[in-house]
Amino acid sequence: MKHYSYFPGCSCSSEGGARAYSWSIQAVSRVLDSELVELDDWNCCGSTPSGSVDELGAFCMAARDLALAEKTGLDMVTPCSACYVIFNRTSSYLKKYPHLKAEVDEALAAGGLAYRGTVRVRHILDVMVNDVGGEAIRARVTKPLNGLKVAPYYGCQVVRPGFGFDHAENPQSLDKLMVSLGGEPVPFPLKTRCCGGSLVIPEEGVALDLLHKLLESASKSGAECLVTVCPLCQTNLDAYQSRVNRKFKTNYKLPVLFFTQLVGLTLGIDGKTLGLNANIVSPEEVLNRIYNPVTYTTTH
Amino acid sequence: METKTSSGTFLDEIYAIPGGEGIRLCIQCGTCTASCPNADRMEHTPSQLIAMARAGMREEVLSSNAMWYCLSCYLCTVRCPRGIKQTDVMHAIGYLSVQEGLVHARTFTPTMYRLFNHYCKVGTLPELWFMMRFYLQTNPLRAWRMLPVALNLLRRGRISVKIRRLTPAGDCQLKAILARAESQGGAR
Amino acid sequence: MEPKIGVYICHCGSNIAGVVDVVQVTEYAKRLPSVAVARDYKYMCSDPGQNLIKEDIKALGLNRVVVASCSPRMHEPTFRRVCQDTGLNQYLFEMANIREHCSWVHEDHGQATEKAKALVSAAVRRVSRHEPLETREVAVNPCTLVIGGGVAGIQAALEIADSGHKVYLLEKEASIGGHMAMFDKTFPTLDCAACILTPKMTSVGQNRNIELLTYSELVEVSGYIGNFKAKIRKKARYIDMAKCTGCGWCSELCPTSLPNEFDCGLGKRKAIYIPSAYAVPNKAIVDARNCRYLKGLASGKNACRLCQTGIEKKGLPGCEAGAIDFAQKDEMVEIEIGNIIVATGFQQFDPSAVYQFGYGRYDNVFTGLEFERLSNASGPTSGSIVLKDGSPPRSIAILHCVGSRDTNYHRYCSRVCCMYSLKFAHLLREKVPEAKVYQLYIDMRCAGSGYEEFYERLQEEGVDFIRGKAGEITNIAEGPAEEGKLVVIVEDTLVRRKRRLPVDMVILSCALEPRPDAEQLARILSLSRKADGFFLEKHPKLDPVATTTDGVFVVGCCQSPKDIPDTVAQASAAAARALALISKGKVEIEAATATVDEEHCAGCKICIDLCPYKAISFDEEKKVSSINEALCKGCGTCVAACPSGAITGRHFTTEQIMAEIEGVLA
Repeated sequence: MKHYSYFPGCSCSSEGGARAYSWSIQAVSRVLDSELVELDDWNCCGSTPSGSVDELGAFCMAARDLALAEKTGLDMVTPCSACYVIFNRTSSYLKKYPHLKAEVDEALAAGGLAYRGTVRVRHILDVMVNDVGGEAIRARVTKPLNGLKVAPYYGCQVVRPGFGFDHAENPQSLDKLMVSLGGEPVPFPLKTRCCGGSLVIPEEGVALDLLHKLLESASKSGAECLVTVCPLCQTNLDAYQSRVNRKFKTNYKLPVLFFTQLVGLTLGIDGKTLGLNANIVSPEEVLNRIYNPVTYTTTH
Repeated sequence: METKTSSGTFLDEIYAIPGGEGIRLCIQCGTCTASCPNADRMEHTPSQLIAMARAGMREEVLSSNAMWYCLSCYLCTVRCPRGIKQTDVMHAIGYLSVQEGLVHARTFTPTMYRLFNHYCKVGTLPELWFMMRFYLQTNPLRAWRMLPVALNLLRRGRISVKIRRLTPAGDCQLKAILARAESQGGAR
Repeated sequence: MEPKIGVYICHCGSNIAGVVDVVQVTEYAKRLPSVAVARDYKYMCSDPGQNLIKEDIKALGLNRVVVASCSPRMHEPTFRRVCQDTGLNQYLFEMANIREHCSWVHEDHGQATEKAKALVSAAVRRVSRHEPLETREVAVNPCTLVIGGGVAGIQAALEIADSGHKVYLLEKEASIGGHMAMFDKTFPTLDCAACILTPKMTSVGQNRNIELLTYSELVEVSGYIGNFKAKIRKKARYIDMAKCTGCGWCSELCPTSLPNEFDCGLGKRKAIYIPSAYAVPNKAIVDARNCRYLKGLASGKNACRLCQTGIEKKGLPGCEAGAIDFAQKDEMVEIEIGNIIVATGFQQFDPSAVYQFGYGRYDNVFTGLEFERLSNASGPTSGSIVLKDGSPPRSIAILHCVGSRDTNYHRYCSRVCCMYSLKFAHLLREKVPEAKVYQLYIDMRCAGSGYEEFYERLQEEGVDFIRGKAGEITNIAEGPAEEGKLVVIVEDTLVRRKRRLPVDMVILSCALEPRPDAEQLARILSLSRKADGFFLEKHPKLDPVATTTDGVFVVGCCQSPKDIPDTVAQASAAAARALALISKGKVEIEAATATVDEEHCAGCKICIDLCPYKAISFDEEKKVSSINEALCKGCGTCVAACPSGAITGRHFTTEQIMAEIEGVLA
């Protein structure tokens, strides 16, 4: 049984728009003998916006979580790519920039905390692929994906700037995992390109252009669905797919699943537990095609 | 052309921010711009911003809209042949611009960032309230057009009215930390 | 005899005097034991400076000299010669380094001065214990080994051979010529590479003083300057070189076809083949890894051998000279030489590592060397510039700095790429005149003779120069103009705009990097390598072809990336150095070697395996260790290791070192 400290981040928290990701992660981890305990009293990492508004404050917000995680003595796992980058960046910059460390240490001390720099921050994809391993997962698969054509979408921050677990422009870990599940990853040259991230809010046009390119590329490669590792990517591709269709007069109906939802399905976990109800673009038709008869239920 | 500020020159301010010191190494190859998905929307390309900073053009740099179009996709950072963390540089310039009040008027991104930073401190960003506040503040008409998306999310149970807050102790702790950070004057 | 020491403190301009109070140090030196005279002077190494020493030796009968100045690496030989010339044994001299070890590394003047005094005191006490020693001379073997048969090796070999001395030219591949033989035209004159190189290659093949060892590798080297021994493995070609006429008939018969290395894989060759149209030696070679017969031998099969037997059905005979010999084995050869010149060249950076440029993923992205072969009349397309589908390109982009000037790959600039990129642009303008040629650069480095003028010429020829490094190459079209094209995305930094250039073909100007076997060669020859992996020269400014291993020289691109003129110049320089030693005929052996006190040696043999120069052997009769002073470098390992203290390091005796330490602490 492997133990981790779990940092859901705002979007994957129980109040967040991507809570289904957390549900699927927890469900899958139980089957795969990993225990992910949510970090107590965590605060938002600050994500991209805070660094551009309050540079030192942003480092301090992240440092508080790191200090709390350090007390558990466990690796900290997060499903959110932005949190993943923020925490790793904070941790490595505290080592690299002494003047920053001095300021952050002082601020943390004002809150009665200290961070010694020992937490390893992991992304859930890294943990699934490297700690659990594709082979171990494959051995537990009871309902393989039957050749489902998947576009493995990493998004940008899980591989860049990069903290060692996969290639920055041509990663393979998610592709390989899909193969382990019995799926067929399609060639997807834009698999690490940005979905627009949080810019979808103030500059929707920018995001829609990027999302359109992604959907077009996945579609051209024959993908039946997309699989993602980041809650923001999933929300953008899923919730804004209709806006893309509207702007570009396209007709994409590509379901966008969290990779742990697919893992869960192959492990025999039902769709409701995995949060498949939450998908805006319904995965029902696609999943019916590969699983015949239907082996999951939704309220669609 | 160097403008002196209380903490030295404009360049010194940038060097003081982690990642900012890298701009000394720039050879103006343009890889960052070529890799940037949004370079065409920026008034100044990422490499141009560095050149302007090195020329001491403080006002022009800080009032550019460029950094607000940065997606933080880090393609520039991984490809830069001089190892400059260009994403960090963009964030750093954004931060300095917010401090100076020179934020560009024609994009709503800084407003969104400021609201995010304000709201997230309760513990978890309250997505619904944050979005509503943003749209109402910047472009209420847009909020109306986003309604179908919002309704979809609501139907699928992805919108929460409830706010996850820090415990009273945690809240106190975070406030104390951030207050000390602010008193240290931010970047320097 | 009582020591009578002269101490000389050098100002070295302001290098020393600017930090160390040289007058104070001189006054201090005067009061040291056995010091007869102490002086300071601006430049001790100059003629007047040296004369000070000479005159004092004569007038005051000095029998020991100390100079406190720069590093012994700079001027120990200079001052030793001064002593020797004045009749004083050169080993009765000691240097105190108060520059590199003192004034150049400390900022506090007071503390630096105190340190300088300590160093002088140490030198004075040490030199009192020095004994006169004699260097020995050994004869120099007039043969030279040149490793590498590219233009550098060829040039060096010819120069030495033309002076009447023997050269072994060792080449790993089956033919000499190296990378230059692959090129089309050379910049800036647009001379055809083969046209200027093949006459030299032929000369090498015909020169009576050059023994050409092709398809051979260096295995081991022992010895020292003037007296090296090299073990070479001559790999089996499976061809009797005396009988083969180079007619190429065997290739016609061979059924196995493979990508041709000489054409960078763009063309084909057979498993038995002549390396190229202008191979020297012009003989066939069997590729053992792909020959059906040789591969089948392992499982007892007797396959193929069509090259030998011919095809009877069709009335085609096998090799009529009977030159194919499948029984041939690798042969080990041992040679003796006095000098070694390393001219092993470079390797082209593999751009597959740069994922965003699509090399290996997109069809029409080529490396520089691949383009040379495309353009070369003897290449896979007979000199036509065509895409993979055989059609001519209508637009081409040449990208500079692929793998160079990049912390992600190589930080250095490869020096020749700007020029060869211009050359490519010219060849394209000449061969596909309707095509649009873009050249994407960060800087234009055109520093040689005629190079800037060549750049100007290309501007006149209508090449579209864009200042920017490409961010990526994509085949995802945005708009009809980009359909079916490779799109190069670049910032045109001079107009500050991101541009998309749809082209048919991309040429990547790749870095020159050290060869993968450089590490092994460095170990065999005791060479150091720089941080970038190229071989380390003795001094980057003043001694760029010598190395810290006397008698071993490095020339050409294996030392650092450079063009042909500089390569040839370095090769000539190394040849001159080798010839200088050969002409002198003898070499002085350093006297500071180790010696075994046979009475105290217990015969434990610990020292023998420790010696890095294999200079110690065991005398079976006397049952003691014996040191070959010609091989001994005086490193001191055996001295330290000997449990009986039986080994003394001359000029580094325990008394001398202890005296030095006492001097520092005094």
